[in-house]
Amino acid sequence: MEEVKLLGWWMSPFSRRVELALKLKGVGYEYIEQDLANKSQLLLEYNPVHKKVPVLVHNGKTMAESLVILEYIDETWPNNPILPRNPYEKAMARFWAQFIEEKCNGGLWKIMWCKDEEERGRLVEEASHCFRTLEGELKGNKFFGGDEIGMVDIAANFIGYWLGVVQEVSGMELVTRDKFPVLCKWMDEFVEHSVVKETLPPRDKLHAEFEARLGAPSWKY
Amino acid sequence: MSKNELVILDCWASPFCMRVKIALAEKGLDYEERAEDLFGGKSDLLLTSNPIYKKVPVFLHDSKPLCESTVIVSYIDETWPAPALLPSTPYERSQARFWADYIDKKLFDSTSAIWKASGDDAVEGAKKEFVEVLKVLEGALGEKEYFAGDAFGYVDILAIPITSWFLASEKFGNFKVEAECPKLSTWIKRCMEKETVAKVVPDPEKIYEFVINLRKMFGIA
Repeated sequence: MEEVKLLGWWMSPFSRRVELALKLKGVGYEYIEQDLANKSQLLLEYNPVHKKVPVLVHNGKTMAESLVILEYIDETWPNNPILPRNPYEKAMARFWAQFIEEKCNGGLWKIMWCKDEEERGRLVEEASHCFRTLEGELKGNKFFGGDEIGMVDIAANFIGYWLGVVQEVSGMELVTRDKFPVLCKWMDEFVEHSVVKETLPPRDKLHAEFEARLGAPSWKY
Repeated sequence: MSKNELVILDCWASPFCMRVKIALAEKGLDYEERAEDLFGGKSDLLLTSNPIYKKVPVFLHDSKPLCESTVIVSYIDETWPAPALLPSTPYERSQARFWADYIDKKLFDSTSAIWKASGDDAVEGAKKEFVEVLKVLEGALGEKEYFAGDAFGYVDILAIPITSWFLASEKFGNFKVEAECPKLSTWIKRCMEKETVAKVVPDPEKIYEFVINLRKMFGIA
């Protein structure tokens, strides 16, 4: 009997990525919600290096870092693959997942916490450039993974759902339908996907939480 | 049928380029090395192959470009499977990828922060952070010969080139890695004895001179 556990946090796009991958593959798991303001002994023991969620535990073996965990899930449960089989296409998927993580999400995070208007303006322009690049990668497909969602779509989950809530709360207009129609269409498809829907945190709860946190000087757990 | 024309757009001092060259050498593959003038003028091929980052390394396999050294090394391992660079089980691979991610996020930036810092306090702070990173890696290595065990592999390949930049940090920070992390130091020497590594990784004295020039260029006192 396989034992799969996931240490996560309801609001974290990173832990939701892992839930999405497990659900896409039909893998049953025990979810253990973490209180990140008071990190559990379990979390500190399982992820001593970063002390973060998500942590996947499979038959007693622990793994951290969401994109690393996604690769493990794809290798261990090969049905409904999230990475292409062709090595070159697989490499490109990894490249785009990394781009999303570092440039898109990284840029968005800086914008969310930037208090200086001039600097924020510069960051927004940089982020727009990144979104334009990302949009180009859809190449007329429904998802980055083609007809079905793949690793790149999963990696882009923050953009797919969380960003909309952040924009609502902050009043920022980063990814709008007139500026990024193709990306917005992808966002629509993403949140409507039958399995993705199951992993999205409730919108009103997310809205309230962002409202509380974005007013603060920095992110606190 | 693939012609197997392998090209790397390269800079001799870049630890990220060194990673790719070591991986190719481990696989016994012939390739063409094209030096880029990163400060004088990047080639058209570099700018068109890597429009997003405009950085080296770029690896071209029969003219198909790949960017980001970790992505490239994984691709090389999957395309030419012997000898294997990544371990054989999904769990061990997840551990290797975790450490690859840690090294990518922390190692080069923390060592560079030392020679980029101005003022004693800043240098001391940077040094402290760097040594913390080294101790984490030393912990991961444990009593093993290499990061995955008995065989030189993926994590070693990603980390060893960055160690050629340590001498510069030691000189500007006035400390010795060997005194702080003797086990890691032994691992460095062990890797540098390998022919595939020794042929690719330059003398740290040359990197030190390169860093002196970089500091002048960046206007660091």
